[in-house]
Amino acid sequence: MTGPTPQSIDELVQTALGELEGIDDPESLDQWRVAYLGRRGHLTQVLRGIAQLDVAQRREAGALGNRAKGNLEERLEQRVQQVNQAQLEQAFVRDQLDVTLPGRPSPIGRLHPTTQILREICDAFGAMGFSIVEGPEVEWDHYNFEMLNIPQGHPARDMWNTLWVDYQDPSAGRSMLMRTHTSPMQARVMESSQPPVRVIVPGKCYRYEATDATHEWHFYQVEGLAVDEGITFADLKGTLYEFARRLFGEERRVRFRCDYFPFVEPGVDMSIDCFACNGEGTGCRICRDSGWIEIMGAGMVHPKVLAGVGYDPERYTGFAFGLGPERIAMLKYGIDDIRLFYSNDLRFLRQF
Amino acid sequence: MKVPLSWLRQYVDVVIPAQELAHRLTMAGIEVGDVVETGGWSGCYVGQVLDVRPHPQADRLRLCRVNAGTQELEVVCGAPNVATGQKICFATVGARLLDTHSGKHETLKAARIRGVESQGMICSELELGLGEDHSGIVVLPADAPVGTPLDDYLGDTVLDLELTPNRLDCLSILGVAHEVAALTQTTVTEPDVDYREEGPPIESLVSISVTDSDLCPRYTASLIQGISIGPSPQWLQDRLTRAGLRPINNVVDVTNFVMLELNQPLHSFDFDKIRDATVVVRRARPGETLVTLDGVPRNLNTEVLVIADANDPVGMGGVIGGANSEIGPETTSVLLESATFEAYNNRDTAQSFQLRTEATLRFEKGLRQELAPIALRRATQLIHQVAGGKVARGIIDVNHQPAPALKVSVTGQRLKKILGMDVDMERVEQVLASLGFHDIRHQGGGPESNGAVAGLEVTVPYWRNDITIEEDLVEEVVRIVGYDAVPTTMLSTPIPYRQVGPMTQLVAKVKDALAAAGMQEVISYPLVSQADLEKVNHPEGDGPPLRVANPMSADHEILRPTLRSSPLAALAANEGHGEGPFRLFELGRVFISRENDLPLERETVVALLAGRRLDYSWLHSSPMNDEALDFYDAKGVLAAVLARLGVEPEYRPAEDPLFQPGKCAQISANGLDLGVVGEVHPDIRQRFGLNAAPVSLLELSLDSLLESLGPAERKFKSISRYPAASRDLALVVPQDVPAGRVREIITRHRMVQQADLFDIYSGENVAPGTKSLAFHVNFQSQERTLTAEEVNRSLEGLLKSLEREVGASLRA
Ligand SMILES: [Zn+2]
Repeated sequence: MTGPTPQSIDELVQTALGELEGIDDPESLDQWRVAYLGRRGHLTQVLRGIAQLDVAQRREAGALGNRAKGNLEERLEQRVQQVNQAQLEQAFVRDQLDVTLPGRPSPIGRLHPTTQILREICDAFGAMGFSIVEGPEVEWDHYNFEMLNIPQGHPARDMWNTLWVDYQDPSAGRSMLMRTHTSPMQARVMESSQPPVRVIVPGKCYRYEATDATHEWHFYQVEGLAVDEGITFADLKGTLYEFARRLFGEERRVRFRCDYFPFVEPGVDMSIDCFACNGEGTGCRICRDSGWIEIMGAGMVHPKVLAGVGYDPERYTGFAFGLGPERIAMLKYGIDDIRLFYSNDLRFLRQF
Repeated sequence: MKVPLSWLRQYVDVVIPAQELAHRLTMAGIEVGDVVETGGWSGCYVGQVLDVRPHPQADRLRLCRVNAGTQELEVVCGAPNVATGQKICFATVGARLLDTHSGKHETLKAARIRGVESQGMICSELELGLGEDHSGIVVLPADAPVGTPLDDYLGDTVLDLELTPNRLDCLSILGVAHEVAALTQTTVTEPDVDYREEGPPIESLVSISVTDSDLCPRYTASLIQGISIGPSPQWLQDRLTRAGLRPINNVVDVTNFVMLELNQPLHSFDFDKIRDATVVVRRARPGETLVTLDGVPRNLNTEVLVIADANDPVGMGGVIGGANSEIGPETTSVLLESATFEAYNNRDTAQSFQLRTEATLRFEKGLRQELAPIALRRATQLIHQVAGGKVARGIIDVNHQPAPALKVSVTGQRLKKILGMDVDMERVEQVLASLGFHDIRHQGGGPESNGAVAGLEVTVPYWRNDITIEEDLVEEVVRIVGYDAVPTTMLSTPIPYRQVGPMTQLVAKVKDALAAAGMQEVISYPLVSQADLEKVNHPEGDGPPLRVANPMSADHEILRPTLRSSPLAALAANEGHGEGPFRLFELGRVFISRENDLPLERETVVALLAGRRLDYSWLHSSPMNDEALDFYDAKGVLAAVLARLGVEPEYRPAEDPLFQPGKCAQISANGLDLGVVGEVHPDIRQRFGLNAAPVSLLELSLDSLLESLGPAERKFKSISRYPAASRDLALVVPQDVPAGRVREIITRHRMVQQADLFDIYSGENVAPGTKSLAFHVNFQSQERTLTAEEVNRSLEGLLKSLEREVGASLRA
């Protein structure tokens, strides 16, 4: 037997590579490896035969044989990767999902739209240093009206149709009522703390009122109050302007007009330019063609209200404001009937 | 309040378009709700019928020759009331009018009617859009100027004001005129009030005394004798009609006119019906009655102020007159009253008799005393003018409580302090003067202030009753100057420290936790009905709930003492739209009445689960997935919520009238009752008409929850660095041992870090009267890795405890 020649090594390599080229599954690849590179494999056999060559040939053949081995091993590795990759790709095709099928349902909890908008409102004022306080929904006439400069028999009482609570006061003749606004907390907060005061009061309110698409007898209000030395109407404008921008967008414009609430002087209401028609006001259902939408009442705290809680009206000034979160939500979300809020129809609630 | 511009122009020039005027008024606090225009009759003129002849071809039609100003034209007219000499509304060919046949506005064409050419039309109310009447043509007053465009003669614009209760003054045209003058920098011409007096002085003809001057600080009166009652002249009728009032007769019309002009309600008595020519203003006597002008007999009480003659009431002062002294066609002498009545008493009377009249609308807001004689003279003048007669010399003026001139001051410093800007005092003076404030005196202005005016003292005009303090003047200034002039600044004072209340925080956390657990928030009306309480077996023993004294309906008359009924009602209402899953919660207050105090308002949460556990899904197609939400779903939600709050609850079987016996647990933590969870009693489900079964409900008191949280902040427990060893433990216990009890024994055992129940079984291979509970138990130490031997020793100890305490044994 003679040892391998460079030609025979080369032929073996060519044959092996030719076979390798045609293999496309891992099992056959392994068979190929055993056939050529295994302990009894063709190449291994050839390399063993080198030992029979004379010294001069042995050297050259040895180098050739090692190169051939390295070459086959490298090509095998490449082929293994190619085959694995091809197999993976086939699996991907096989396992393809219909991604349009719905996912596995998981219960969806939501907060009531009023809760959501209240949080948005409170956050906006919170960022300006206002803290949340809450008060009783059942109030005395004293706090709901008298401390707000609305004494018994005052014609302005007609502005708040009241649900009275059936209650006989044994001594003081006090009247109990469902609060008509959250403003009573103005007096309660100021009575129990010294200036500076900067609070907002979210909560439920009640009125003796027929309901329609824009009126509810049960609704929420957010009252705000800031009192300190040096607070001005200009600050009121700035605060409410900032609020309007936070809720309705940076480019919102605001407008103030004279309005009347007995517990402020001067009193105003604030409108924002209509976001539905960009203030154009032609044929617009949201702003009823005016280009402006009233969103809240406000004003400088009346000196009688300050004096009533023992604050010196010469020293302290402040502003108060009140807004209806349902109205804000209706504007933001295009809700056309306030009665939807508390009728608990899930088809409504699930939209928020 | 309706303000026709035609009337407004009597006192002030309107120099800007009506829409612009409406805008300025609105911005200044006089809200114009609507601007109603009548007119737009191009091609229509005041015409005169020169003669009327029969139509040769039709009995019902007439041929009329009309002077239309620049030309004479012949028209065919079908109206029965057309007559020679009438001033009429004439539409020339080309005018756009309402076609009464098509109902559309169309251009008037020349037409042949039954063979005769008609070169225009004499119009009815309907065709002009003035009213509904189409039975005849509109006949204009005899003094209507022929040839005048009809728009100029009949067209008008009416501002419909929506006034705030403080702006009483704008219930009058002159009041509005003063606003207009200030807003457009024009001036007001007030009507003159002169008239000729003759004969003896009024004091010799009538005696007037005011007994209860606290309710009537000023009473003025005049006497006009020898008048004739009849319809008012056209101009007066027009004024009233356009302002929305119905003309009655010349005397009554004048009192209404002056009320709308000056704001002062007046009353006219038939003087001959006033016994002994004597008027006494006093409180009613016990048992007195009066038939009022509306024909209703009224039982008066002693707080009602009456105008009486020598014997009996002839009117309720400032509210309504009496039928016994009413002006009628036969009246020849009028005693005219213009008085100031006390506001609160007037309002009380109006409310208790349900008589909110035009008069009380004004008196209840407090009219100024100075107004009474001004209005009296104006009305006297007009009655004399339109009804003739002689005016007695002088007026009666009983004024026991004269009010001093109302003076108010404002300083530049205060303006700055409130508005946050400097306001030029000259501008302030100009604004106040334009609104009618007078006798303006400068304050400061001496050498110490370099001649600058520091402040102004002004006298408030008689028509304003809303200005009493400096801040009122600040508003007057800023509302005329405009709010845009005020700068926009952010609060620059320090933010006061205030911690959000713990209940406010807890409410937010609980809501978030429930929503995170898949629950939908609902909000119901906190006023409920008796039936609602009965439906949920609300126990009567807790004391009667608070009620609304004037409920709008029986559905909402009780301040809810429990939150249980509302979410059940919400579930019932929603079942019609689908079969679930329903996961609802409501968090709100319940009201617990207290002696001599406001009720306790307790934040409470109720959550309920009903319907399918799983939404319909292609992934849930096995029948098992049609299972309904049940008690343990509610407990799962509860566990999730309480875990987020850091509360470790305990449950024990409980009885509650809302729940099915045997399916209700009391929830407690740290020794406090937090609430209940259970499956709603079938009877109650039925009362709400619920289809779903079961309905699981949980109720938590947030007061108790807050208390159970304790003051301590949550503390971190370090996580063990050593591995845990786990063992599965299958126990057999008597059937009546609650699983919770077994778990409690396991978890409190030394080295046990966690125990999860993963199987419950009773039946084959388990002795009757027992059940098998399988727990997955983790053992772990904070100090070291536990050896198998340690774990086994601990497990043996645990098994002994279980056997001793609940008779548990390892399942064979
Ligand atoms: Zn708009």
